[in-house]
Amino acid sequence: MSYVDLNEITVSYDGKHNILEGLNLKIEKGELVSLLGPSGCGKTTTLRVVAGYIQPRSGDLMVNDQNYTKIPVHKRNFGIVFQSYALFPHLTVGENVAFGLKMKKEDKKVIEKKVDNMLETCGLSEYKNRYPKQLSGGQRQRVALARALVIEPNLLLLDEPLSNLDAKLRIQMRVEIKRLQKKLGITTIFVTHDQEECFSISDRVAVMNNGIIEQYDTPENIYAKPKTEFVARFIGFENFIDVERKEDHLFGSQGVSFRVDDVPEYDVKKMTIRPDDIEIVKTPVPENGISGQVAVRTFLGKSYQYEVQSDFGSLIVNGSDSDVYETGDQIHMVLPSHKIVLV
Amino acid sequence: MRRYKGLTIFSVIVFSFLIIPLVIIVVTAFGTEKTIAFPIKGFTFSWFQVALSSKSFKNAFFLSFKVAMIATLMALLIGIPAAYALSRYSLKGKKLLKSFFLSPTIVPGIVVGYSLFLFIVIKLKMPVFEGLLLGHFLVVLPYVIRVVGGALEQFDFSIEEVAWSLGCNKWLAFFKIVLPNISSGIISSFLLAFINSFNNIPVSMFLTGPGIVTLPNTLMSYVEYNYDPTVSAISVMLMLATIIIMFIVEKTLGISALAK
Repeated sequence: MSYVDLNEITVSYDGKHNILEGLNLKIEKGELVSLLGPSGCGKTTTLRVVAGYIQPRSGDLMVNDQNYTKIPVHKRNFGIVFQSYALFPHLTVGENVAFGLKMKKEDKKVIEKKVDNMLETCGLSEYKNRYPKQLSGGQRQRVALARALVIEPNLLLLDEPLSNLDAKLRIQMRVEIKRLQKKLGITTIFVTHDQEECFSISDRVAVMNNGIIEQYDTPENIYAKPKTEFVARFIGFENFIDVERKEDHLFGSQGVSFRVDDVPEYDVKKMTIRPDDIEIVKTPVPENGISGQVAVRTFLGKSYQYEVQSDFGSLIVNGSDSDVYETGDQIHMVLPSHKIVLV
Repeated sequence: MRRYKGLTIFSVIVFSFLIIPLVIIVVTAFGTEKTIAFPIKGFTFSWFQVALSSKSFKNAFFLSFKVAMIATLMALLIGIPAAYALSRYSLKGKKLLKSFFLSPTIVPGIVVGYSLFLFIVIKLKMPVFEGLLLGHFLVVLPYVIRVVGGALEQFDFSIEEVAWSLGCNKWLAFFKIVLPNISSGIISSFLLAFINSFNNIPVSMFLTGPGIVTLPNTLMSYVEYNYDPTVSAISVMLMLATIIIMFIVEKTLGISALAK
């Protein structure tokens, strides 16, 4: 059995609309799993159910073979870091970190030692006697993390912990989080709406939409092989072409056939490809070739992006810097068969 | 700076209107004449002596103090949990409740006094002191709920949630985490409620009885029949008390804490 097991969790605030709809999620010990999705998809609600702030209407939460569904928050021993850091403003950094240990009524000397060790691990030793308002955003973030980790939690829950930091610090902190998490071997759930952040840090990613998990897989698989249109769109696929499958062949409109390397078992309705993966060629190509007219040209910095009107609808294509096309130009494209994903 | 000249003059005028009457009261308290006069002809402390030796003033002061203190503490006891519930949970009719708690500060004092008179004295037939206390409690409760509610509005409740996750049950988290962070709001609401109760005339007017009269009402009826500087002397002492309290608050918390 998995270390964490969310079994058919349903959450409803008003008894009519379900925020979570029979959600299932299994996490192995020591794994860092991200919940990724747009706002309102239910990712934070899922985290709050695990934390114990929300009682599910039905379903069970098992951690380490123990049923946690009815256990109150203060008896769960899960470490939590919020987006706002939520440090205790009236306590110093040292007192903030010591708080959980004091609640457990541990020996004073033991507390002192554990706090000092944790502050050192997080690079906070020199700030021990400062108050939260005297710290920078990154330092506050570290204190929040130290405070959650020092209680040796059964589970670490991170709710968009990096969203309030500037871009450079965010990258630094996510490496830090990953390093600490692996060093301490703590099973972690990470909630985020930022796919880059999520891919860089996670062992597995659950992409959520409308209270259900659309796909649960490794970052590599989600990036290369999204299984639903929602997941594909969320991670940067912008071109969708309706296709019909007849045995092993795929046909677009007007019976044009396409070759796709990876044809999944399940029913497919569309084929999709990233703007970066479409190649612009000089002459029409017979296999997987599409021609069209440039409707809009946008400068992206390293090259131009074209919106091309084709027989299969409008396609977004990123051009190379060597050839530049004008609005109204006729261009030929090829969709490489190994880059096409079916959803 | 020239641009602001008009504004400066205006400020000086407004400020003068506020401060001059107080200055006059202070000066008259030390005058030797039998009736209040300004400017004074001689200097004496005797009116302070009269005020301090008057049994009715002393009783009235202690009664006002007692009523203000107990009513304020009761209001804190009820008002803090009420404010917490109002800002922490999304209750049905939350807006209505909030305006309801505000209503006694909008309705004219005389109306509140009269309705409390009808309810507490006529209908409930409560003893005078208890009735007065209940009236003052109801008058100051909205201040506590509003001011503490304001402090809670600034409070990030995820701080409380983190405390739960660190092994604090809800009661402990409220006392160890929430209360210390709204302490300035609680102190401001205490002062505001206390001063409001101590100053109140319209509600007390209806709820006082034989031997149980608050200081402002005693002063008022005294002034109706006497025109000596005793009242000035008492006013000076009250001002002094206020200044001392504000000084202590400033030294321990900073006045800015009250403005929050």
